[in-house]
Amino acid sequence: MNKLINIRQLWLLITALFREIIREPGVLFWGVLFPVLMALGLGIAFAKKGDVIRKIAIIGAMETDSLIQRNPSLTSFLNKSCEINQDRDYSEWKWKYIIKDEKLGNSVFLFYEMDPEEAMMLLKRGTFNVLLSSENDKTGYHFDPMNADAELTYLKLSSIIGEGRILSVEGNSVIRPLTVQGTRYIDFLVPGLIAMGVMMSSMWGISYGIIEKRSKKLLRRMVATPMKKSHFLVALISVRFAMNAIEALILLVFALVAFKMTIQGDIMSLIMIFIAGNIAFSGLAILMSSHTSNTEVGNGIINFVVTPMMVLSGIFFSYQNFPEWTLPVIRNLPLTMLSDGMRSIFNEGAGFAQVIKPVIVLTTTGIIFFGAGLKIFKWH
Amino acid sequence: MSLHSVIEVKDVWKSFKTVQAVKGISLNIPKGKFVALLGPNGAGKTTLVEMIEGIQKPDKGEITIMGKKWKGNEDDLHKILGLSLQENHFIEKLRVTETLGLFAGFFNLGNEKVEEIIKIVGLEEKRKSYVVNLSGGQKQRLAIGIALINDPAILLLDEPTTGLDPNARREIWDILRTLKRKSGTSMILTTHYMEEAEYLCDYIIIMDHGNILKQGTLSQLLDEETEEKVVEFTSDSNVDFNNFKETEAGFKIRGGDSPGKGFVNLTSFEKELPDFLSFMRSRNISIRNMECRRKTLDDLFITLTGRKINE
Repeated sequence: MNKLINIRQLWLLITALFREIIREPGVLFWGVLFPVLMALGLGIAFAKKGDVIRKIAIIGAMETDSLIQRNPSLTSFLNKSCEINQDRDYSEWKWKYIIKDEKLGNSVFLFYEMDPEEAMMLLKRGTFNVLLSSENDKTGYHFDPMNADAELTYLKLSSIIGEGRILSVEGNSVIRPLTVQGTRYIDFLVPGLIAMGVMMSSMWGISYGIIEKRSKKLLRRMVATPMKKSHFLVALISVRFAMNAIEALILLVFALVAFKMTIQGDIMSLIMIFIAGNIAFSGLAILMSSHTSNTEVGNGIINFVVTPMMVLSGIFFSYQNFPEWTLPVIRNLPLTMLSDGMRSIFNEGAGFAQVIKPVIVLTTTGIIFFGAGLKIFKWH
Repeated sequence: MSLHSVIEVKDVWKSFKTVQAVKGISLNIPKGKFVALLGPNGAGKTTLVEMIEGIQKPDKGEITIMGKKWKGNEDDLHKILGLSLQENHFIEKLRVTETLGLFAGFFNLGNEKVEEIIKIVGLEEKRKSYVVNLSGGQKQRLAIGIALINDPAILLLDEPTTGLDPNARREIWDILRTLKRKSGTSMILTTHYMEEAEYLCDYIIIMDHGNILKQGTLSQLLDEETEEKVVEFTSDSNVDFNNFKETEAGFKIRGGDSPGKGFVNLTSFEKELPDFLSFMRSRNISIRNMECRRKTLDDLFITLTGRKINE
């Protein structure tokens, strides 16, 4: 009777909790379909470069003898090289210039005539990020130097206006767009999405499951029987792991088929780090939900844990752009470890030796969190 | 300690942040008896029952169940107790049979037990329903079924019929009456329905503000030997009868729900009723109608506390 593991009891708990999840139709959509749609949407959005439209305001061009008279290079560029919108409304573009580029996608420049106040207002709203004016025969460029996109617009513009030379692939450089597997955005994204799925599903699924059952006094009712407390938590974690594995597998198969992704490294190592990530986040979820019986508070706690990692761990965009001093912290967040580890296996051909450290760290953290959570766990 | 008590509570105290919920209660529950803890909301019934269930720890005092204390005997006691909480929620998208099967599994019991329980609580037609689709009464019957799943020596039911309609309440009463006839289970039931305590229980403990006000069998409580009766009357005037002093009138008179209404306790109608009527006439109060009945637990509670139980 007092065996350490009561297999039948554990199995009954697992089936009950599994049924609870799969009988909720929303689970299928949000847990399984949504990540796939997200991968599809983002993958397509970043896979094919379309025309990039850059809008530029020209200040004071309407005053006949100001800018145009005194700035012949800009005047001739606008009037000779550009397509002119003849019968336009005031709010439409007046000149259009296109840099054609098969490989990188076209850059379309639209120039608007505008008085300074209006131009500033639209700059603040983000309609424009570069304003042109005339500064004693020269062309003045107004933009925020911290805005990389504005700077790029400036560089492209100054090269086509100033020297009349068009920035293109025919210079002394050769551009090779990266479309090899392992270097595309989708290759970066999918391992991140799988890692994020593990975190979100564990944190919300386990924590919320516990908090809700506690607030409904179901936990209290269950521990008033000879049920083993550890069995309940183990069942909850096992069910969540099964769900996570199914979700990850579907996303993975989708990415392999639809985007021709490849797993360049060792599959066993991938499975190992996936399991380690599940242990880490399950433990964290148990700890976070060990005390509260208020779902609103639980909501806050889970967001407190999940949101910083969503932002910092480089799921959608690399975290390398964060300040240098933050990187050691970011690299050691569980979500970063999991997504970096999986990326290295997918895209860099990493194997056991490269991921053993994160695997150990994630597993240990998970077990420590679980132990701590169990210690302070409130069943009543 | 008495040999026949299954539960002994000795001078138990419990307070929460702002309330002293239980103030030194002692009681014994004899084997095979159904005992009601009767009292209004906030009387401390639930706190007391939860201490017996092992969910709360008393600040002071001692509780023994079948001679065992909670500390160190959790596993043994869980096996002999059956309970239903004041609120019972189970996993919503689990069927009735699956829910019972899960709890049966906790006691290492199988499907035969599930079938037996479904019959006892009359959920045969709902066996395949999800818990979320059950009515309030059906949910409560499921909770009682779960409480009965291990053939408990002691059953602890916290307000099993609160919020149910009269039919659903009657169904639960029938289940418990049958149980009482067929098994040797002892039971503590908390309630604020007088009829429930009267109908189901051998022994009634009236609680208020964390104390026991009075306890005994129904007939003991109602002092049937004194044969006190109650006359409920309505007068033409707007007098508040609570202002009548007993010494002055010679009767225990108290006010009713609204001005002009009142109660008087009489031992003998033949002797006292004419005196009462002439007293009222002397005060220029004319009685429009009156109703005589035996004393109930409601009257007792009002006598003890000065208010109605469901107020």
